[in-house]
Order: sequence, then structure tokens, then C-alpha cells
Amino acid sequence: MSTPHNFKETFIQEAEDLLAEVEECVLDIESDPENADAVNRLFRAMHTIKGSGAMFGFDDISAFTHHVETALDYVREGKLRVSTKLIDVILAARDHIKAMLAQAQGGPAVKLSTTEALVKRVNELIPNKLKNHEPGELVQQSIVPKNVAEHETVFRVSVKPHSNIFSIGMDPSLLLEELREMGECTVTVFTDDVPDLKALKPESCYLNWDVILFTDFDENAVRDVFIFVEDECDVRIDDITDEKDEIPKVGEILVHKGDTTAEKITEALNQQPKIGDLLTTSGGVSKQKLKSALVEQQTLAQRKQSTSQESIRVASEKLDSLVNLVGELVIVQAQLSAVSKSVNNHALQSPVEEIERLISELRDVALSVRMMPIGSTFAKFRRLVRDLSNDLGKEIKLETIGAETELDKTVLDKLGDPLVHLIRNSIDHGIESPKTRIEAGKEAHGTIRLTAVHRGAKVVIAIEDDGKGLHPDVIRKKAIEKGLITEDAELSQKEIFNLIMAPGFSTAQIVSKVSGRGVGMDVVKKEIEALRGTVEIKSTLGKGTTIELALPLTLAIIDGLLVEVNHDKYVIPVNSVEECLELTDSSKAMDKTRNVLQVRGELVPFIRLREVFGAAQGVDILEEAVVVETGDSRIGLVVDKVIGDHQTVIKSLGHMYRNVQGVSGATIMGDGNVALIVDIPSLARIANIEEQARLSHKKHPATVN
Amino acid sequence: MGDIITQSNQYLTFKLGQENFALDISRVREVLDYIHITKVPRTPDFMLGVINLRGNVVPVVDLRLNLGMEPEERTVNTCIVIVEIQVGADVLQIGALADSVQEVVDIESDNISPPPKLGIKLNTEFIKGMGKRNDTFLIILDMDKVLTAQEIEQVENATSIVPTDVLEEISSNSQTNSHA
Repeated sequence: MSTPHNFKETFIQEAEDLLAEVEECVLDIESDPENADAVNRLFRAMHTIKGSGAMFGFDDISAFTHHVETALDYVREGKLRVSTKLIDVILAARDHIKAMLAQAQGGPAVKLSTTEALVKRVNELIPNKLKNHEPGELVQQSIVPKNVAEHETVFRVSVKPHSNIFSIGMDPSLLLEELREMGECTVTVFTDDVPDLKALKPESCYLNWDVILFTDFDENAVRDVFIFVEDECDVRIDDITDEKDEIPKVGEILVHKGDTTAEKITEALNQQPKIGDLLTTSGGVSKQKLKSALVEQQTLAQRKQSTSQESIRVASEKLDSLVNLVGELVIVQAQLSAVSKSVNNHALQSPVEEIERLISELRDVALSVRMMPIGSTFAKFRRLVRDLSNDLGKEIKLETIGAETELDKTVLDKLGDPLVHLIRNSIDHGIESPKTRIEAGKEAHGTIRLTAVHRGAKVVIAIEDDGKGLHPDVIRKKAIEKGLITEDAELSQKEIFNLIMAPGFSTAQIVSKVSGRGVGMDVVKKEIEALRGTVEIKSTLGKGTTIELALPLTLAIIDGLLVEVNHDKYVIPVNSVEECLELTDSSKAMDKTRNVLQVRGELVPFIRLREVFGAAQGVDILEEAVVVETGDSRIGLVVDKVIGDHQTVIKSLGHMYRNVQGVSGATIMGDGNVALIVDIPSLARIANIEEQARLSHKKHPATVN
Repeated sequence: MGDIITQSNQYLTFKLGQENFALDISRVREVLDYIHITKVPRTPDFMLGVINLRGNVVPVVDLRLNLGMEPEERTVNTCIVIVEIQVGADVLQIGALADSVQEVVDIESDNISPPPKLGIKLNTEFIKGMGKRNDTFLIILDMDKVLTAQEIEQVENATSIVPTDVLEEISSNSQTNSHA
């Protein structure tokens, strides 16, 4: 951070974050033009870009942003209406600022004419009568509300309405509502005074409240809330901001509030540490009061935790090298464990076990550092959906669920392109034009729903649209046309859907600029498989299509099942393993005719790894089968021996082996030897191809996947 | 990893059968005793497999097969020479199997002649030149060409394309570390 260069880097990073926010705000405003909060955020983001741009010598950016800011200021003041034109211009301006930032980083030069044209477009939007006075710093004041205290303050507001408060037509819940609008509130209600139902007068108020309020307003502002009920209410407002820094003891809070005295507390403390129970009996504090104090303590503690949770920016290379080092450590630890086992020394064993535990914890922490919520990726698609649907004259709403779901950064980075493909597909092929939709009895606007959820050690991302769905017959016809299947091929619906992921397949009748070059789905499939993920297609004709991507949480370290095939060791990723079973003689006899296993009444096709990996057929060895799932089908992998669990640090096989099939990487075992990681989807593919070559029958000419 | 220093007159000599070979010493990282090589299934024979080199997975090739010689049984003298090669912009490590490693010698560039077009029974594609030392000839190899386009193609045909970019990225990081 010492050189000017670094400051610029920081600015660029910050500006990029702000631009992302700008985009988000603009899209928020588009869907809800009355969203004052979004307008304010948008203005502030632009203002910051302008300000810090000028500070770090990005005068061009600053000057350009100024024009946009001016327009936004009018919007904020309600003098300029939000229109599609405005939204378009702001988005264009945002892209332009981005291009300017790229230019500063050595990207292509930005044309001055583009800048001028945009400035002109912005200025055209501003009505002439407004142009006379230049909105200057006085504007600044309007976003600052009255009575604002310098910093956030914490108040404890005790509200005890008199029982006749309803009779003057006042509802105390409105007061609480008003407090809530001032900031974050934690409300505790006291029901001690509520009498038995027999004695209860419905027109009386028996409740009182304690509110812990975190607010930017000062005490007078808080007091103003109660200005009309001063006579009907006992209100006590305490500033407890200072106590925020040091979380007070329950007793202290109670004393402070006047619920009890310090003596009584000491007395209680002297008796026994279990202060809560004791105070309710000896200190004359009701359970409710105590609960309120506890809530207060808890709230303050939480608040303290959340405010002290700072974040720092770290270069991703540093994180990568951290994860790599942990990877090395895991390997060495495996070696150490192996040595410790062979030495059989008690004194050695316990620290080794401790190290094992610590390292596995360290591994989890190191990996979690690289985890990022998928939300930022999702946010990018709003713009994509907006622009594309406008281009195609469709009305499409994008819904996202599970934006907080976390994924390894490497996975996340590689996920962008496939998702773009899939969303484009949904927009272009899936969702119909408004007219067609209405004719089909649907709402005019289509919906694309992006969902991300954790499912075991995987994250499942679903892209769901309520469009026209896939037409099995059309796909089938097309596949026959393209020579992917023969005419008499018998395929299940799922197999037909999978055909769209075959290379060289495209169902779009007209090739548009959006999609339809026939490279889409097979590329998506390949990219997802490169991430060790699977793609699944579900579709109902006329109702919509769902594409599910199941991805592993991380790519660097996985839990594996170590197996042996012809004296070589292989690792099967545990998260796809369903069960291991012995190949009994009866099932062996069966496989002379067909390669299927019977697993509890279900038939599971199996692959002999010895065959696929070109090893000699084993004589008289007891074979075992590992049943794994790929996509939603199951296959058995027949191996010589299942050895057991293995924490696997994934290593690449490198350039020379980058095109190898059947294995996806390597790992180093405790004894220093290399074991290969089995790539299940590609294995299934090879087995399929080879089986077909063997059969050379027309029975099932093409089974994708 | 930096650039490879190419100016050097020192060469590591080794034997394959009766023939003497030499490698530019600046490209040689180390010489290992023969250790277990894990064969990667469904790959051509000359690609012997991978070994663990201090936590990195390094491929090993059989130079005999590359050069068009007959394979030979391993002996106590069999070594793995770890060499750095340039593939595109990247510097990679690969192991080459040698029957026995001899010595490091100086060969002045005056004593190096271009590879003969005729009269040599070996695959001349990755022979950089013929070095003359005392009265013996040394065949100087160009390891960069060991993985020629032709052979990479061979692998691609033997299998089909599966991108493993992600893994490559991870491993290239780990390699950078180990040299840092």
C-alpha cells in the first residue's frame, strides 16, 4: 500500500464493487421506480466513484460520472422521473465507466466520442428548466436526516403505558413501530401484569416493553416518538452506547434499570453463581424482567460480535498458496500416520493423532476461506436477463434463491460461463413471447428461477424456467437428422433430453445471436464435468425446463475411497460412492452374459476397471464392486480390493496427460506413491463407447452419458 | 519460474543401450534413482506414468521408445533424469528414463555439429546436434521437442478431449510454491 500504483489498484477494485452495486440498484429501481432507498444507494455509489476518482487522478472518470450524478440527483429530488430511457442511459454509463477502468488497467482505449455521446444522452434527459441551477453541495444536506447523532447510539427504551391508554385512542404498538423505523430494535414484552382471564378488562393495557434500539438518531428524536403520549405512558430512555464496548453483566443491567439494587445483587451473588434463578426469588426480580435483561445482554453481545467482524481483502494467490500448503501438510500427515502405525509406539501415537485432528480442522478452515457466496455471480445475471429479454421482446423476471450459498472460488469462477449459456438458452428457447404465453394461458411475463442449495457435499444449482419445455419428439427427430441416433433407437425421455448435450446439437429453428450455434449444451456439460459436477435435465412440455448442476464444494481436497486394481491404487471420490459390495459367485456367473449387478433387487450396470484400464484379467481374485452415482444413474465399478478412506489432495497430471480419460488427477499417498483419481463420468462414457463397439449392434446406437 | 538459461557449455551425459546421449545441464534439475512409476491407463507406451517428486506429480517418459529404440529391462543403474521443458509459455518438469547416467562434460559449441540427415537409425526429430568429445560422439537431445505436436496428437487420438484446466491451475500453483 505504499506506492501510488497500489492506491490506484485499490480505487479500481473499489470502483468495480461500486459499479456492481450501481447495476444492482438500477435494476432494483427498474422493477420498483418508487424505491427511494435504491435511488439513494445509486446516487451514493456514483458520488463515491466521482469523489475517489478525482482523488486518485482518474479525472476522466470523475468528470464523466459527474454528469450521471447530476441526473441522479434530480431523480432523488423527485424532479426527474424514472424512465426506461434513464435506466438504459445509466446502465450504458455504468458500462462506460467500467471500460474507462479497464483502460486504466491497460485495456483498450475508450473513444472520446462515446463519452461525449453518453454525456449528451444524460443531459437530454434533464428537463431544461432544471438545468439553470447547478446542484452543488447543498444537495448533500438533503440526504442527511435531521437530528442525526454522529455515531450509532444504543438506547434502552422502557415503555409502560398506563392501563387506560386505549381509551385515548392510542395504540402502543404504533409507538414500537415508530421506534423500529429509527433503527434496529430488540423488543422484550412484559406480561407480568396481565391478570387472569376472569379479571381481564379488554379495554385496558396490561403490557409494557423494553426496547433496545440501535439508531443513528439522538435521544431527543427518540423522545419525540412519545411526545403525544407523555401523560399516558411511563417512558424511560437510557443511553447505553458505552456499555456496547463492554458487555455488561445481567446484574449490572438490572441495577442500571432500577429493577433491583446493587446490594441485592451482591447478596444474590454471595449465595450462588446462578444469578438468574436466585434473583427471581431473592432479588425481587420477576422472571420477565430477568429475561429482558438477558435479551439485552445477548443483543449487545451479538452486536459486538457483528461489528468486530471485519473483513480484509487478500490476493487470491495468497489463498491458493495457503490451500496448497495445507494440501502438502495433509500429504505429509498421511505419511506420518503411516510411519506411526508401523512403529507402534504409544508415545508417538497420541501426538500424531492430535496432529491429524488439527490438520483436518486446518484443512476445513483453509478451504472455507476460499468459499464465496454465489450471490455475486447471480447478481450479474439480472443485467443479462434484462438486456436479452429486451432484445428478444420478451418479458422475463429473474428470481434468485439461495444467493448466500457458498462455493469454492475456483468453482465459482469457472461456473459463470456455463450459467450464462444456460440462462441464455432459457431466455431464447425456453420462455415464449408474451403473446404466445397468453395464448397458452400463462402469465405474460416468464420467470427464470436460479436456485442454489447445499445437498450433502455438493451444491446444486438449478436453472428453472416456466417456458415451453423440451419437446421429446422434436429432439428425437433432430438427433436422427444429425445422425446422433438411428431411427429405431429406443430411448427413455431422459436419454432424449440428454441428447441436447451431445456435440453438434441445437434445437433452435432459427440461429439467433443469442444461441443456437449448437455448441452450447455440450460445452456446458464438459465444463461442469471438468469441475467434477453433473448436469441433469428435467422438462415438462408446455410447463418449463429445469436444469440442475450438481457441483462439489471444493476442488482442492476431497475425501476419497482408496481401491486397488492390478496392484495400482485408485481413488474414487467418496461423495459419489453409494455402497461397496463383494462380487459373489452367483453375480459373477451372471456377468458372462451381461454386465449387470443385482443390488437389492435393482439392476446396476457395472464396469470392470481392469478391462477399462487395460490390465490383464485377474485370475481367481475376490473382486469387490463400488456402487457410485453419476448424474442420477448408478453404476458399479469392479475393483480388486477396497482399501479404505483417503483424504485426497488433488494434483493435476499435468500437460502431458491433460487429455487422458478415465482418470481426472492424481494424489500422493502416505507411502509416497502416486494414486490416480477415477473420473466417473468419463469412465462411464468410455465404457459405453467400448461396449457399443463390441456389440456393434443396432440395439442402442447412442446413449448419451 | 523465470526464464531458462540457455547459454551453457556443460552437458550431462547418459547412456541408452550402447549410445551416448547428452542434455544441456541448465535444463537438468536432478537425477533420481529409479522409483515406482504409476502408469496412467489408456496412454501410449512411451508415457511411462507419473512419480511423486516431493509432493508434485511429474510425468516420466521412456526415451528409448521416444527415440525408436527397443525397451530394456530396468537395472540398478536405471535413473530418472528430471528435466525442465518449455511448452508454449510454460516451463514443465518431466522425467526421462536413462539406462545409466555418466558425467557432466564441457563441449564447446565449435565441437557441436548439426544432426546428420542420414546414417542414424534414431528418430532425429529431437536431436539438437552431435557433440564431439575426445573421440566419441554424443547425441545432444532437445527435450523441448520430446513432447512434439505429433505425440500429443497421439494421446489425443488414443483418448478424447476432457478439459482439466482447473486441475492444471491448481497444480501449477503448487509448483510455483515449491520453487519459491
